[in-house]
Amino acid sequence: MSLAHDARVPVRPATAVQRSRLRGWPDIDNPAAWAVAAILLIMPLIANGFFLIEIFATTLILGTMALSLMFLAGYGGMVSLMQLTIAGFSAYMVAVFGVSGNANISLGWPWWLAVPMALALATIFGTLGGALAVRTEGIYTIMITLAIGAAFYYFTNQNWAIFNGHTGINTVATPHFWGVNWRADIPFYYIVLAVAALCYFAVDYISRAPFGLALQGVRDNPRRMAALGFNVNAHRVAAYVFASFVAALAGVLQVWNYRQISPGSVSVGACIDILIIAVVGGITRPIGPFIGALIFVLLRTFALDFLVKLGLDGNRFRLLIGLGFLAIVFWSSDGVIGLWQSWRRRQRSGAASSSGRRGRESGQGSSQGSNHG
Amino acid sequence: MDSVAQRLSVVGAGAALELRGVTRLFGALAALTDITITVRPGERRAVLGSNGAGKTTLFNCITGDFPPSSGTIRFFGEDVTHFPPYERIRRGLRRTYQISALFPGLTVQDNVYLACRGVSRGRFSFLRPGQNDALMHAAENLVQAVHLSGVKDQRVAELAHGQQRQLEIALALAGAPRFVLFDEPAAGLSPTERAELIEILTSLPAHIGYIIIEHDMDVALRVVESVTMMHNGRIFKEGRPQEIESDPEVQELYLGGGHE
Repeated sequence: MSLAHDARVPVRPATAVQRSRLRGWPDIDNPAAWAVAAILLIMPLIANGFFLIEIFATTLILGTMALSLMFLAGYGGMVSLMQLTIAGFSAYMVAVFGVSGNANISLGWPWWLAVPMALALATIFGTLGGALAVRTEGIYTIMITLAIGAAFYYFTNQNWAIFNGHTGINTVATPHFWGVNWRADIPFYYIVLAVAALCYFAVDYISRAPFGLALQGVRDNPRRMAALGFNVNAHRVAAYVFASFVAALAGVLQVWNYRQISPGSVSVGACIDILIIAVVGGITRPIGPFIGALIFVLLRTFALDFLVKLGLDGNRFRLLIGLGFLAIVFWSSDGVIGLWQSWRRRQRSGAASSSGRRGRESGQGSSQGSNHG
Repeated sequence: MDSVAQRLSVVGAGAALELRGVTRLFGALAALTDITITVRPGERRAVLGSNGAGKTTLFNCITGDFPPSSGTIRFFGEDVTHFPPYERIRRGLRRTYQISALFPGLTVQDNVYLACRGVSRGRFSFLRPGQNDALMHAAENLVQAVHLSGVKDQRVAELAHGQQRQLEIALALAGAPRFVLFDEPAAGLSPTERAELIEILTSLPAHIGYIIIEHDMDVALRVVESVTMMHNGRIFKEGRPQEIESDPEVQELYLGGGHE
């Protein structure tokens, strides 16, 4: 009797603060989030053109692609390896419908027609792929989406009428209006930041809306969701529609960033990079993919110099990424976010008991010792 | 046995649930053979039988988790034999699971909210529920009805077993249920929790009928007005609780003659 009674005693009483945090924006009372937002906004004052575009804009674009995977995998339990393919399809469509150096392929539409067309077609493309993939679970979803990605890569390589084979489409025009060249470093950075922020907040918002909650229900227990009145497959396809649109937006930014698109940008390796970015960052929260993308871009950009300094082949930067990937997956099932959260937890429990802290210090000492060895 | 079935089928013109010759095969194994049951609206019935008698398979056929291999299922007169589960649920059918089938990553409140949302419109809504959202209030009331208000913001993975069983029932009572299938709701509950379960079941509105699978005869026979005994995938006997309890064949088969 006492056991049954104890079971009903709330372990952690719900406070009004907790409730508002659950229903409201998670970051509104977080000073660190405000600091990051402020730094991102004044970035052009701090960083030169190289950092602005090659590091931060590229991070935000890759992060947005990985965000679409995070939405599917983290909330829906569907690991899709074709998110980069959808982005690449969108990028190709911008080049095909818009203006480029290949006048015999590009239709020469203005960007404000070509971009909605590209977004619509890429979203349809991703939705069709998703409609195939949702009939499967787990590893078979991965295989189907990987097959779609690989098929698209080889198709672009071999098709000359639309995709211009292995050379791809070059000198893609970027928007100029209101007297501004929107591909100049600073305007482009702000476009990328705006789109990435929009996608981030949309994913965050939807995660607490009926659609997002139901998607998490589908992830946890699809059979029960059907027994609650939900059409599980329709819900999964709808998740692909949204994720495809997010990936398509990133694809438009990508083709504007590099001003060209070729099969190399949609290779199977690049598809897997998106998975690595999302998993390294963490797929339980929408900030994870952006953290993963920053790590990936920093490694890709600077690992070369670093390796050369160590007397190694600079092209082995992927080895570093792979080792980092292994380490993170080994120590944290939830990427960098998971590492950070468990570190915070230990910090808190360490502050609570000095014996815990002593234990950690001795642990640090031994790890330093092994470093010296 | 026939007299009871016939009597109920006559009374059950406009039956809540009507199964005709339902058979379910798993390969060569017949989990259900030629099941014919009629349940009136508001009727409360127990399905008894040893393990492997086909009780849970019967539930799975009624909800559409597994479609029957042959036979027809009517729900309030409508032929739902080939409907997917969610279409049956939207028509007022509900079920609970023998092993709790919850959403461990979500809070108690969100679990119940999903159940309320599943049987109403706006399942695909991209808008967060506001402070005065009707379904959010319905979910809160339901959480309270199963005594889980104190833990409503906790993730389900953190709940005790008894609390998960209560949540399991709450999910089945969302919206406007017309008929509920309870699959061993008392499994693993303490005596106190069993008493609460009986209270929840007996205080359901009279128009909500249910079928309950329950091994605990003290629970089962106190909350039903009719009993169906199953054995090896067939209906073995039907009758009122007292008849079944005192039936020598049933005692031999199911109770081992040892029940007081």
